[in-house]
Parts: sequence; C-alpha cells; structure tokens
Amino acid sequence: MQEHGWGTIIATFFTQFWPVWLALIITYALSITYKRRLGLYGKLFDSTIGMIGFGIVMFWVFTALFADMIVTHDTLSQISQLKNKLPGTIAPDGSSWYILGGDHLGRDVFSRMVLGSRVVIQIAPLATVFAFMVGITLGLPAGYYGGKLDTFLSFLANLILAFPVILLFYLLVTPEMVKTGLPQYMAVVLFLFPLIFLTVLLNSRYYVRPNLRNILIAGVVLIGGWAYLALVSEPGTRVALLPKAMDFIALPGNILIVFVSVVFVNAPTVYRIIRGIVLDIKTRDYVAAAQTRGEGPWYIMLWEILPNARGPLIVDFCLRIGYTTILLGTLGFFGLGLSPESPDWGSTINAGRKLMSIAPHPAIVPALALMSLVLGLNLLADGLREESLRD
Amino acid sequence: MLNFLLRRIFTMILTALCLTFIVFYLTNLPPNLEKVAKSEAGSRISDEEVASWLDKNGYAQPVLVRYGEWLGVMPGWTNTADSGEVSGRCIAKGEDPATASRFCGVLQGYWGFSTVFKEDVAGIIGTRLGLTGILMFWVMVLMVPSALIIGVLAGMREGTKLDRSLSTFSIATTATPEYVSGVILIVVFSSSLVGLKWFKGTATSAMDSITFENFFLPVLTIALYGIGYIARMTRASMTEVMTAQYIRTARLKGVSFKNVVMKHALRNALIAPFTVIMLQFPWLLNGVVIVETLFNYKGFGWTLVSAAGNNDIQLLLGCSVVAVVVVLVTQLISDVGYVFLNPRIRIS
Repeated sequence: MQEHGWGTIIATFFTQFWPVWLALIITYALSITYKRRLGLYGKLFDSTIGMIGFGIVMFWVFTALFADMIVTHDTLSQISQLKNKLPGTIAPDGSSWYILGGDHLGRDVFSRMVLGSRVVIQIAPLATVFAFMVGITLGLPAGYYGGKLDTFLSFLANLILAFPVILLFYLLVTPEMVKTGLPQYMAVVLFLFPLIFLTVLLNSRYYVRPNLRNILIAGVVLIGGWAYLALVSEPGTRVALLPKAMDFIALPGNILIVFVSVVFVNAPTVYRIIRGIVLDIKTRDYVAAAQTRGEGPWYIMLWEILPNARGPLIVDFCLRIGYTTILLGTLGFFGLGLSPESPDWGSTINAGRKLMSIAPHPAIVPALALMSLVLGLNLLADGLREESLRD
Repeated sequence: MLNFLLRRIFTMILTALCLTFIVFYLTNLPPNLEKVAKSEAGSRISDEEVASWLDKNGYAQPVLVRYGEWLGVMPGWTNTADSGEVSGRCIAKGEDPATASRFCGVLQGYWGFSTVFKEDVAGIIGTRLGLTGILMFWVMVLMVPSALIIGVLAGMREGTKLDRSLSTFSIATTATPEYVSGVILIVVFSSSLVGLKWFKGTATSAMDSITFENFFLPVLTIALYGIGYIARMTRASMTEVMTAQYIRTARLKGVSFKNVVMKHALRNALIAPFTVIMLQFPWLLNGVVIVETLFNYKGFGWTLVSAAGNNDIQLLLGCSVVAVVVVLVTQLISDVGYVFLNPRIRIS
C-alpha cells in the first residue's frame, strides 16, 4: 500500500487549517493594535503566557467555527481499506487518503478530531456560564445574609461535593434515568436561575425608573422565558410544556442530560467561591456606604459586591471551562450520554483505547487535542491572574 | 475541640445518610427495578408479571421503608407464598423463618448480594478495596514527595528559570486528565509503534504479583494529575512564607539560604499542602475509577463501573457508601489536622 511521507502529512495538516490561521492572525493584529483601549482583555497581550493560552483557546474556537471548511471527509463515512491504517496511508484505488489515519471502523481520525472540537466548544462554555449563574444567585445571599440560609445552602453544596463525580454521572446519565424524566426536572430547576439572575439584576438597578425597568424586565421574561421553555420542554417526553410549533430549540435528550449533569457538578464549587468572596468583601467600606445610603440588599450584592469580585471570578471561569472539558471527556470515556457515533474527544478516546497496541493514533489524536485545549485555558487563566494582580 | 469534633461528626453522619438515600432512591427508580425484575425472572415477562415479581420480592414497598430495611433500622420484609413457604429479606435459602433475625441491613453487617458477581457485596468490596488500597499506597508514595519537592523548589526563588519551568510542568499535568495521560503513556512506553516497550499496558497481572513493569504506568498516571495541583499549592504557600518577616530576619542574621529553606520556611509552608493532599483523596477516587478501567485492574473503581453498568443495585449501593465515607472522613481529617498543624487557628 502506498503512503505519503511525514512531510506531506504535516504540510497538509497545516494548510487544512488555513481559515483558523487567518482568523487568528486577524484577531491578534487587531487586539495588539488596540490593546490599550481594551481593558483587561488588552492587558492579556502584555503577558507571554496569557498570549500563548489565548492563542490555543482561540485556535479551537475557530476550529469549531470553521469545522466544515477544515474537514476532509465526512465523520461517519467509512473506507474499509483504511481501517486502523497509519497516518498518510493511501487507499488502494488511490482516490483518497486520511491525514491522520483511519480508526477501527475506517473513519477519518482527522475530521472526527476537528468536529469533536465543536461538541466541546458548544457545551463547555455555556454549561460553565449556567453553573456560574446558579452559583452566583445562591452564593451572594448565602454570604451576605449568613445565618440559617447559609447553613442550609452550604450543607446542600457540601452534599453534592461529597459525591464522587463518576458515581453521580453513572446515576444520572443512563437511559433508565432519562425515561423517568429526572434530568428534565433538574433542567427545569437549574435553567431557571439565569432568568432569576437577570430579572433581579435589572430590577435592583432600575427600580427607581419604573418605566424603563418594566420594559426591560418584560423583555427578559418574555424572550428568556420562551427560550427557557423551549430549552427544557421536549415534545413527547414528561416535560412537554410548549406546543411543538413554538419549541424552537430542539435539544436531543442525551445532550440535555450531559449539560444538566455538568452544570450540577460545577455549581456547588462556584457557590463556595462566591460565598467566600462575599464574606470578605461585605466588610469593606463601600458596602457600608451603600448600606447607609439606603440601597437594597440585592443592589449591594449585584452592583457593589459582584463587580468587585470579578478578578478571581474571571480567572476561575477560564479554569472551570477547562474542568468542564475534562468532565465532558470523562463522560465520553465511560460511554455515557453522548451517542457512540458522536465525534467528541472522550468517546473517540474510549473507542480508540481498545486497539491501542496495534493502532494508537485514533486514541492519541483526540487525547492531544483535549489536552491542548485544557492547557490553553489554564495558561490563559494564569495570564489573566498575573495581569489582574498587577493593578 | 471536642465540641467541634462532635458537631463535625454529626454533620458527617447526616451527610452520609442523605447521600446514601439519594443513591438508594436513584437506583430504585421504577425503570431500574423493572430491569432487575426482567434480568432475574426472564426478559420477556409481561408488565403484570413484573409487578407481581417486584411485590413478591419486597420491592413494592415505599422507598423510605426499603431504605430503612437496607440500613437495618426496619424489620426486613417477609412474604408467604400460596404454598405456605415463607421467604424474606433476612431469610437465607433453606433457613427456618422462625430462627432468622428480624433486622438485616448495613448496620448489622449485611450488605446484600451482588447479582453480577453472585457473591456477598461485603466480600467483593473487601477484596477490591484491598487491591485499590495497594494502588493508592504507591500513588501516595510517588505523588506526595515529588509534588512537595517540585513545589518547594519552584517557590523558594520566585520568578527564576527553575520556577518558570517547574510551574509550566505543573500546569501541564493539571491540564492532562488521567484518560489522556494514560493513553499517551501507554502509547509511548508500551506500544509497538514507539517500540520502547518498557512497561506493560495493562495491570491485570498486577493483581497477583506486583512488579515495577506492570504497575508503574497506572501509578504514574494517577499521580501525575495530582502532582501538578499539589505542587502549585505548595509553591503558592512557599512563596508566601519566603516573603515573611522572619525569613528576612533569618537571612539578615546570616543563616545560609539552604538552612533558611530547610529549617525556617519548610515547616510553615507545608501546612496548606497538607489540607490539599487530604482533599485530593476524592479526586484520587475519580482517577482510580478511570485508571482501573483503562488498565483493566480489577479494584474498587473497576467494580463501581461494572456495578453501575450492569445495574447491580446492592453492589452499587455498597460502593457508594464506601466512596462517600472515604470523602467525608478525609474532609474531617483535613479539618482536624489543619487545626493541629496551625496553632493560630482558634475554633469558636
């Protein structure tokens, strides 16, 4: 069987990513030119580590964005002659070849890796945002009021944290559990928090201007409420709140469970961080000043304390996306939630590990991809921490 | 101190009860029970037969009652068949119902019977936990000293080249979950592609006799993920100590740098990592599950996965009790140890 050499493989690999390189160059050129006007984001370009991390993260974001232009083959189409073949092997009829070889079913490892980034980039940041909304909405009052509320919420958080993550996943992400509708009920509760958060945020700021506030809150409740209902309800399951015509977000059941369980695992840690920060900040003078001014408790929490806690929160946000990526990989590794055909990195590693002694490349390619993304996020967080400590 | 301990232990027991109840509830949801009935009594039975099988085997009672039975605070169920034969939770096959004990649960030492391994759950968990204990022991032996050395070396002179490279190494290891580092290590050290073949890619043979060749890779895989995190914490605590007044005083009065680090800084810098190492246990549990699955080492983690995958309710419950107790006990030890190590902390 004919083979391409490593030179050709590497060259094709890099040219295949041309939209990503282009986008990266544009991003960096623009950011470095205007970095003095961009606040914390601009300062990131002063630190080498932050710049490297940001570059790796953006590489995967752009890869997910332009995945359709980068892939060379369909992720499910199989060429049986290229089963478990090493990178660069050409099919006997000479028509096509896989850049990074074929997996155990003769599918293209390269294209699956590229499209796998899409699964991660779609779920991980959004799940982290949701976990932060839950953690913030519960952690602020717990830290600010203290007392019974704090005791109760902290007990709940510790309860979830004492669960081994994998056991929790095995209990939540099974077909039987989907049948009972439990993940959907959890989604009903968890997805409510962003709505509550936004409503309280706007209300506490604009309650002195009732007209503006009414318009804003009506907008949030209408649009957000619709999105919320569309997200949690799925026709034909136990939670079918919306008629099919209005249900514009069709989230497959298993993606919803993965999403919910990842949010559920992350939220208590965020809660603990927020609570700790609030306990520290609420003794500051500007909080006392706001209290003497007669501001409401939610105004103080959301518009005095929260903005001043943004430094550690942004850093933790980056780290947490990385952690969520690891969790998604863990789910895939144990074959939970996502369908086995899905090109996500965890599932691909799981499929590839069984034949590792004869064909290691199907497992190692997604493994390196996942590692680089998490490493990028960690470096980015480190850069942000350094820069935010500097001022 | 005693008051604090008692309060902590009370919360711990409450947490353990809540968690086991959640696991009990989730594993005993109707679809799971239906699956159990079908696997025990035949996969093609009708819905009525499922219901009657569940009723006969004590599954039809309210969840709280059955949780009490499992825990050992409620009398076990009994059922009298039409033939007059009495069966029950606490009545072993062939035992006389009159002499059987009324209570049988975790408190009495009866953990149930595994449907997959056809063995007593307590026995399975005992042997598996022993195997995992060996793994954990070697992980600790490798992880703790190397993490502390890396952290102290990086933290004693902040900003130097040594610090930079060690910190980057720690970040890289924390960014590599076990299923990634395990795959990479196997490919590099045991596949025919690279050709090194120093170690074995599976640890199945390590269950009988442990050798460096078959056990090093799984141990290294778990340890690597923890090393980065502990090293970063040690570094942070070390840099903080090195800027303290008493270190400067020691330097100014002429103590050599080596002695300052060894005699003055080290002890204070190791308080924070102690807590981190203890809290790392739940994480190791996670790593253990992944690594045991990856290297096919049939310890506790492997058992947990197969119990969960095969809907083996009793075994899964047993595993989760062990897991939860491990997490809670390490939390307690880390709290108590922190107080002991740091006399500045006073508990109200």
